[in-house]
Amino acid sequence: MTTTSPPSLAAAHDAADGWWARHQRALAPVLFLLPAALMFTVYVIAPIFQSIAISFTDWDGLGVKRFIGFGNYVELASDPDFRTAMFNNVIWLLGYLLAIPIGLAMALFLNQTVFGIRLIKALFFFPFVISQVVVGLVFSWFYDPTNGLLFHVLRALGLPPVAVLSDEHLVTYGIVAAGLYPQIAYCMILYLTGLNNVRADLIEAARLEGARGFSLLWHVVLPQLRPATFIAVVVTVVGSLRSFDMISIMTQGGPYGSSRVLAYYMYEQALSEYGYRMGYGTAIATVLFLVMLVYIVFVLAQIWRQEREL
Amino acid sequence: MNFGKHCKRLALTTALAMSTLAAQAGELVINTDASDPAPKAAFEAVVKDFEAANPDVKVKINTFDHEGFKTSIRNFLSAEAPDVVTWYAGNRMAPFVNAGLLDDVSDVWAKEGLSDKLKSAEASMTINGKKWGVPYTYYQWGIYYRKDIFARLGINPPKTWPELLAACAKLKADKITPFAIGSKQTWPTGGWFDYLDLRVNGYEFHMDLTAGKVPYTDKRVQAVFDRWDELVKPGYFLANHPSYMWQEALPAFVKGEAAMYLMGNFAVAPMKEAGLKEEQLGFLPFPSITPNLPRSEDAPTDTVHIPAKARNKVDARRFLAFIARADTQSKMNGILGQLPVNKQARQPDDTYLKAGFAMLSSAHALAQFYDRDALPEMAKAGMDGFQRYMLNPDSRNEVLKRLEEVRSRVYK
Repeated sequence: MTTTSPPSLAAAHDAADGWWARHQRALAPVLFLLPAALMFTVYVIAPIFQSIAISFTDWDGLGVKRFIGFGNYVELASDPDFRTAMFNNVIWLLGYLLAIPIGLAMALFLNQTVFGIRLIKALFFFPFVISQVVVGLVFSWFYDPTNGLLFHVLRALGLPPVAVLSDEHLVTYGIVAAGLYPQIAYCMILYLTGLNNVRADLIEAARLEGARGFSLLWHVVLPQLRPATFIAVVVTVVGSLRSFDMISIMTQGGPYGSSRVLAYYMYEQALSEYGYRMGYGTAIATVLFLVMLVYIVFVLAQIWRQEREL
Repeated sequence: MNFGKHCKRLALTTALAMSTLAAQAGELVINTDASDPAPKAAFEAVVKDFEAANPDVKVKINTFDHEGFKTSIRNFLSAEAPDVVTWYAGNRMAPFVNAGLLDDVSDVWAKEGLSDKLKSAEASMTINGKKWGVPYTYYQWGIYYRKDIFARLGINPPKTWPELLAACAKLKADKITPFAIGSKQTWPTGGWFDYLDLRVNGYEFHMDLTAGKVPYTDKRVQAVFDRWDELVKPGYFLANHPSYMWQEALPAFVKGEAAMYLMGNFAVAPMKEAGLKEEQLGFLPFPSITPNLPRSEDAPTDTVHIPAKARNKVDARRFLAFIARADTQSKMNGILGQLPVNKQARQPDDTYLKAGFAMLSSAHALAQFYDRDALPEMAKAGMDGFQRYMLNPDSRNEVLKRLEEVRSRVYK
């Protein structure tokens, strides 16, 4: 007994419906993909090329565009504000990555079965639920140099007060710390779900072999958490590169531009109250895009490799 | 197909209905950023009166929030333009004028004789010899000070620079910060630069500088910073001012931890709300520095304009003429708590506005404000630079060098 139809019948079918039936299998996926692909092209791909095109012009967003070749990029190369923003992006990137080990530590700590642990977990996750804007506001009150919590704590310890958000050297670290607050919670929840899937039998076997403490974590638990680690790295890096809201809320890029990152500097140049430089803004955006592109290629390669392994 | 036909008919009727709506005679669309309670009430009042005086015109106001307006105005001026739009005088309107987005309204000025009635604001409304809008209100800047603290320490309101420095030294010795300031939004630093430059070098130089004709490395600019040094270096400004917006620096002034505040008159309302009485709160014009220099002041002017792409320019011109009238401006500014530009308008009863009016009407000339007189890019870099200098006065030369780089690029 076979499920395929007799050859004569199939031929008749083909003759009846013709071209469509013959190519249906090949065409169906294309047709299903078309609407999404179309939207993606119009709203994502095309604007990328458009803004790259604008970055070669001098344009205030209103008048005529003037083509100036690499003029904007040449200016970027010698712009101290751009260098500051770039450097701050590096601080953001490295600082933000701290969220991963801290999140892991918290997840390991909370991964136990005692009374009320669900509530505790929920509370630890809470910072991620609050809007970034609210976190930014709360932290700027925390840092308030005349009446903030930090001021009172330092005074109680007999230390001199620090105006974190007014100091060009401290300000970026101050904002990164605020950004870490929700990001750690996010990494923690990723690891908590990962820990649910760690195989108990492997742990038991490792114990029998005499592994404990750090070597158990490093050789047995962490390899099993690899998918969680991968996602945590991806979201953390992307989060650090697109950091914007915290800066806007806490300092507006100040003092005198020393807490700007590329995304904020781009916004300031092109779109803010005093920003009338679309060309320059898009040049910054293009640089940011290229930085991200390197990273995106890395991530895609990683995913591809993983899928081949499976 | 029947259904298709229906669709077509429906589309046709809707299109017809829409076009009649758009072409409806006498609809005047006004886009404004008057979102605070007082400006909103003032605009509603003027619109009501305008509609009563012109029954054939129906006015529609779209109110935007301040910050959003500053970015969205660029979109709606070049795409779906309203008939009247509010904005600011001076170089702040220059990008729109240069892009051909605003209508030349010199005819309204000529017809209504505005060059005489609105004389004090004429220069700031003129670009390339033409008028580009109509001003309806302005307000003074100056030093608001704590009368009670001054009296307790036996300080007389300073009229000259040495007197001001002496007053600051006395306040500082009593552990009171002489000047409150909040520079999280950097514009309050622009007010300081304006006043020091206006007092050291005078109006003409200040206008040349903000118009990009003088390098920032000029020794006359250095002279401004020499005076500024005398306030910054002894620590006469509120510490950590970049952590605060101007409102967040108010508590220091209200609590008496700081005794003076260089601000616009709009600061009086929150100061009074915070509990300061008129016998505690005084106003003094910025002291003179270079002797015998004609005295000029900052007086930012708010204006209305007609976009070049407006549909109903006839009624828009009627509205501009209406808002320029003495009685309209009296009424609006009564609500706004600001000064009318029309010199025939009724003058205010409020203590601070009266002082401001006396000061402005005897002034040699009126500057708009650093971020309205200088081009936007220059203003941004300038105020960042001033903030940096005020935090770290040793960075002066670095700051000025940077500003000069920006100036030579922006004013090509």
